[in-house]
Amino acid sequence: MTEAIVVLLLVIAAGWPLGHYLAAVMRGAPMHGDRVFGVIEKPVYRLLGVDPSEGMTWKAYAAAFLASNAILGVLAWVVFMTQAWLPLNPNGAPNMRWDLALHTAVSFLTNTNQQHYSGQAQLSHLAQMTGIVGLQVVTPMMGLALVVATLRGLFGGRTPPSASAQATVGDVDVGNYWADVVRPSVRVMLPLCLLWSVLLTWQGVPSTLDGGPVATPVDASAGMAAQKIPLGPVAPMVAAKQIGTNGGGWYGPNSAVPLENPTPLSNLLEMVAILLIPVAITFMVGAFTERRRFSALVFGTMLLMSLVSGSAAIWSEGHSATASDIAVMEGKETRFGAGSSALWAAVTTQTSNGSVNAMHDSLAPLTGLVTIANMLVNGIWGGIGCGLQQFIVYLLLGVFLAGLMTGRTPELFGRKIEAHEVKLLAVLVLLQPLVLLGFTAVTLAVPELTGNSNPGFHAISQVFYEFTSAFANNGSGFEGLGDATAWWNLSTTLLLVLGRYPALLIPLAIAASLARKRVTPEGIGTLQVETPTFALTLVAVIVILTLLQFMPILVLGPIADHLALSAP
Amino acid sequence: MNTTSPPASTVHADIAPWRPAFAFAFIALLLFGFAYSLVGTGIGRLLFPHEATGSLIEQDGVVVGSSLVAQPFADDRYFQPRPSAATYDAMAVAGSNQARTNLDLRARIEEARMQVAAREGVAIDAVPSDLVTQSGGGIDPHVSPEAARLQVARVARARGLAVEQVEGLVAAHTQPASFGVFGAPRVNVLELNLALDALPRAAGAH
Amino acid sequence: MSTTPAHAAPRGHHALLDAAGLRTAIIASFVKLLPQHAFRNPVMAVVWLGTLLAAGLTIAGLTSRGLGWTVTALLLVTVLFANFAEAVAEARGRGQAASLRRARKDLVARRVPSEGYTIAATTIPAADLRVGDLVAISAGELVPADGEIVKGLATINESAVTGESAPVLREAGTDRSGVIGGTKVLSDEIVVRITAEPGHSFLDRMIGLVEGASRQRTPNEIALGLLLLTMTLTFLIVVITLPFLAGFVGATLDPLLLVALLVCLIPTTIGGLLPAIGIAGMNRALAANVLAKSGKAVEVAGDIDVLLLDKTGTITHGDRQATAFHALAGVDPAALREAAMLASLADPTPEGKSIVQLARDPSRAIEEPPHARFVAFTAQTRMSGVDLAGDGTRPRCIRKGASDAIARHVEALGGEVPTELAARVEQVARRGATPLVVADGRHVLGVVELSDVVKHGIKAKFAHMRAMGIRTVMITGDNPLTAAAIAAEAGVDDVVAEARPEDKLARIREEQARGRLVAMVGDGTNDAPALAQADVGLAMNAGTQAAKEAGNMVDLDSDPAKLLEVVEVGKQQLITRGALTTFSLANDVSKYFAILPALFAGAIPSMAALNVMQLSSPANAVVAALVFNAIIIPLLIPLALRGVRFRPSGATALLRRNMLVYGVGGIALPFVAIKLIDLLLAAVFGA
Repeated sequence: MTEAIVVLLLVIAAGWPLGHYLAAVMRGAPMHGDRVFGVIEKPVYRLLGVDPSEGMTWKAYAAAFLASNAILGVLAWVVFMTQAWLPLNPNGAPNMRWDLALHTAVSFLTNTNQQHYSGQAQLSHLAQMTGIVGLQVVTPMMGLALVVATLRGLFGGRTPPSASAQATVGDVDVGNYWADVVRPSVRVMLPLCLLWSVLLTWQGVPSTLDGGPVATPVDASAGMAAQKIPLGPVAPMVAAKQIGTNGGGWYGPNSAVPLENPTPLSNLLEMVAILLIPVAITFMVGAFTERRRFSALVFGTMLLMSLVSGSAAIWSEGHSATASDIAVMEGKETRFGAGSSALWAAVTTQTSNGSVNAMHDSLAPLTGLVTIANMLVNGIWGGIGCGLQQFIVYLLLGVFLAGLMTGRTPELFGRKIEAHEVKLLAVLVLLQPLVLLGFTAVTLAVPELTGNSNPGFHAISQVFYEFTSAFANNGSGFEGLGDATAWWNLSTTLLLVLGRYPALLIPLAIAASLARKRVTPEGIGTLQVETPTFALTLVAVIVILTLLQFMPILVLGPIADHLALSAP
Repeated sequence: MNTTSPPASTVHADIAPWRPAFAFAFIALLLFGFAYSLVGTGIGRLLFPHEATGSLIEQDGVVVGSSLVAQPFADDRYFQPRPSAATYDAMAVAGSNQARTNLDLRARIEEARMQVAAREGVAIDAVPSDLVTQSGGGIDPHVSPEAARLQVARVARARGLAVEQVEGLVAAHTQPASFGVFGAPRVNVLELNLALDALPRAAGAH
Repeated sequence: MSTTPAHAAPRGHHALLDAAGLRTAIIASFVKLLPQHAFRNPVMAVVWLGTLLAAGLTIAGLTSRGLGWTVTALLLVTVLFANFAEAVAEARGRGQAASLRRARKDLVARRVPSEGYTIAATTIPAADLRVGDLVAISAGELVPADGEIVKGLATINESAVTGESAPVLREAGTDRSGVIGGTKVLSDEIVVRITAEPGHSFLDRMIGLVEGASRQRTPNEIALGLLLLTMTLTFLIVVITLPFLAGFVGATLDPLLLVALLVCLIPTTIGGLLPAIGIAGMNRALAANVLAKSGKAVEVAGDIDVLLLDKTGTITHGDRQATAFHALAGVDPAALREAAMLASLADPTPEGKSIVQLARDPSRAIEEPPHARFVAFTAQTRMSGVDLAGDGTRPRCIRKGASDAIARHVEALGGEVPTELAARVEQVARRGATPLVVADGRHVLGVVELSDVVKHGIKAKFAHMRAMGIRTVMITGDNPLTAAAIAAEAGVDDVVAEARPEDKLARIREEQARGRLVAMVGDGTNDAPALAQADVGLAMNAGTQAAKEAGNMVDLDSDPAKLLEVVEVGKQQLITRGALTTFSLANDVSKYFAILPALFAGAIPSMAALNVMQLSSPANAVVAALVFNAIIIPLLIPLALRGVRFRPSGATALLRRNMLVYGVGGIALPFVAIKLIDLLLAAVFGA
């Protein structure tokens, strides 16, 4: 628990200034550091052939987002399928099969980093450094860009710097997509990644282009004549995976592997990195929208949910009756123990990061329940950008219900939420149970597809976890699942896409629709969203919504698993 | 505020911005991915050459392992690491991914408990969890101090050392939780075993 | 509802429904099972399909017979209850409308060829009247159809329509020229131009709306309906996928229980009551004697930020009353009194009457002087008075009027206007009163102070509005001094003085441009554009036809402060929807705890741990949840029709209160209720 509090305090202390810095970066106004970063940015804009100050309508913004994703995805896919023929492949990774490569490309493209492969053996250094790291750096910034554009829309569109840079009547200017991705990549993401890369190397994470030596183990009588120590440019990759809520590791078992997470201190560094930008974004919101109390609402609501979920995980894993189980250390690392493992499990699912430092499959069933619930909510901090975007969806739903209860047509920031917006929200609300329960049911109905490593109720959890993780763009897994099959690769690829693009674009469309409406000034009859009362209402809406839709499957999965464990 | 301007001269309305998308994809992979990785690797390598290259342990010019990778020990003269789901193959790192309710897991743990209890000559209940469970990555280089202490008597006996001496070595190799708060106390098995091997032979021979 | 006028009682607003209405509603509940009606409400349509499915499963023998028919019956009852809620709301609306209509039947009309005639050319049934026909109506006769007085003035008893027994004055060429079919002329004779065919009058159309026949769903209702549909589909997915999940661990689920689970989870409470809430909103407006042209108008009223009111007739009585005489220096106050009285004897306006009232000696009867020739007020002279053929040859001419008009008059006669007058006039004006100058021949005698009396209780109503976040703006043609004084006395937030008719429209547009929702209360023809522009235009029934057509609501009592009640109705309607939606969803938590253990009871014994309510048996648990689910609908009908109480307080306080009552209460109540029903079932039928 002490560790949890320290992590939180460190993250808040670092996230506060970072959030304000992020706000300045995303506002795009002249600021300190323009000269330094301009050295990288200016040639980049020239190569792109775009004017970063140019405004875009939400449709143009969305089109740019989708186009850049399409090309990036295809390029990464090609790299994974041809890596054996490309340089920098010291450990001889073969070309990936097309479906696995597709899943991998889409998985990293959607900031999910669900892995159906083991990087140390199945990816070349070149593939890691370009296809993996490149996507790990830019995809979180794409999420950030989308949520920033959405915020601009919610507050009526970007105020144009000059009269000539205005949007056409009807569709407001939500910003410039390319600038919104390039600026934070260069000014926030890469500097932080470099810092963390060096810090992690200091703790023992490999940072070399060598493939690693073959060691001669000490005790020959143990039957192992040679032990390959797989190395590579691991530290820059791990830094990017944690800073960017990516989660995909260099090694198969991710940050449970000592080479990827060597010490309790590196563990602390990585946990802080997991939370840093997601928490900073809650502080960015207030500064960016010049509405400080809005930050208080976002931060307060998320913190409350985070504390409840984190405490539940730590209690379940380290302090409940199941904690004295002899199997408690199964899938865990000695240097972290049950406490740090449970904290990590909570944090990585709260933020849509998905890296693990213990095998979630072997966690106590109730800890597993917490991780699944976190991913179903997908907005307790959430992924970079996506978390706040999901929060905005909840906010709209909460405002709709709470607004009615205060006797006014529901409105957010003075703009009325009407049938058109509710229709768009309905698509998102319906999509989640439809794909998660639908795919889980289909997979379980055809047992040949499941590839379970565990029997019974836990098998239901495994399948549901995999789909939930894909749809939430989390990427962690109950990894016992034999998921490198065509069914799993293709079905989760579809879910990765469905979980990413509608969740980022629909709120943008709603914001753009709201931006066109007239703003009612706030009066005493107006619902104040930045109050503890509304925050609690919002939490209730989030929890009830999740609970109601997924209660039966959670009962059949982790809860039945728990009951089976605790039954004599 | 958007009513006075003539129809947007500079607003981006082309719906398929393929040219910037192409350029961006290459920039993302080569500049933000590859170039960044190279720079990060270079700085790390420069500042922390030992850590950057896998915390390798060499003896007489031969790499005998890494402090961060567990290797199997069978001889009674050595402390045993945790069981590995990957059979200590670092290229195939993995956990068992077995659920708590999985009967196979229960059977495996029971068997391991009996083996350890028999080997160390203790009661089954005295066997700590980490010594009979497989770690997350399969190459956990540590065991808990309890697991190490459990093995002291057997190792001392096999090496003909005084129990106190081995106990002292274990204590010296026990790393506490960082700052007393982060993580858990632990003992690096490979380092401990190498330290045992490095003890002056005389201490135990006579 | 506390705001229901007392006179409304005979129409049965207080009782939920009378026996006849109840019978109609019950019959309607069954009629509404027909597909064309049933499928208009997707939530209840799912329950209806569930009923058929449950019956089918039972007949096919796929489930136990006893439980099968019980569940089928409970589901059918749930649908019927929802239908009943809607039918009750409709029946109440019809009851109110019928009493309005009753007054309008079997009327005859005396059609006249032109304004000049008052003797009937032809007597025809009112039903044969056409728009534009002229009819003459004398004292004692009923107005055959809606129209406007084109000649004469009359006192009219409108109690048949408004329930208000005090007679009202209606006069040609004024803002109060409208007459309503079915009302009774008490005095005088008028000629009325028919403005609507009987049965198609403005009122008839609006009554039709109230009856629900042509009710349009409001925007918010559509939005909420979408959300409820989404939740229904979500739970459909949940229930359809459940057997596959359970099948994987070897549990076979009873399809009947799945149907029961589905019905319990979908938001039937709000789904069943939603139409009733909408109808009831318009009914409640009608109960306050406000006819809304659409439910949307009532809904929008709940969002009003600014209320624009005409001063005259709204904030003040409009008919200014004489409150003091101010004689100029050297003038005998008695002379001023007498002159003022004489000048007003023939003045039919309330102002004139009030001068006579104030000036007369109560102990003496008023005698009309002989040879008097009264001079009526005209817009040109802006004076009125009397010429008395006195003792001498020259008539004595007494005039009263605006100070500049009198000054011109006196100067024209060769008299002189004392300098003192200006100060006196100013003094009166500063008090917010209107100065009326009296002159006897060439001599200015003094000033009559006419005060615009602010209506009793209006200040409290404005304070009430302020508490709800509504700003009031008074619009008046008065000078700024007078306007400010009245504004202060009435407690309005803002005032527009010396306003011309077009200023009202401009002000509304200005407020709307700032994003505010504006309500406008008006009665005159020149208010029509403003009423049309405003988001809520409340026209006075006594007002002109143009005003009534332009607004989206008509107040039958012509009481402008009535808007307050409409605002409350609008807010209550939204709160009721929000509260019942919250309640409905919160209920699901306990229903899960009732049904899930029952569902898995056979196949997965460890699930018994989830039976936190310790329900007696799986069958009883399911039946108890369904019984609760069904009876909560009729239990909440009164709430749906009455509306959740609205207390003017901050939005946050309202939210907190409603979340506690309907959110927390919605989670807790069914736990208790289902347990009690289960205890009852166990006691009566055994486990």
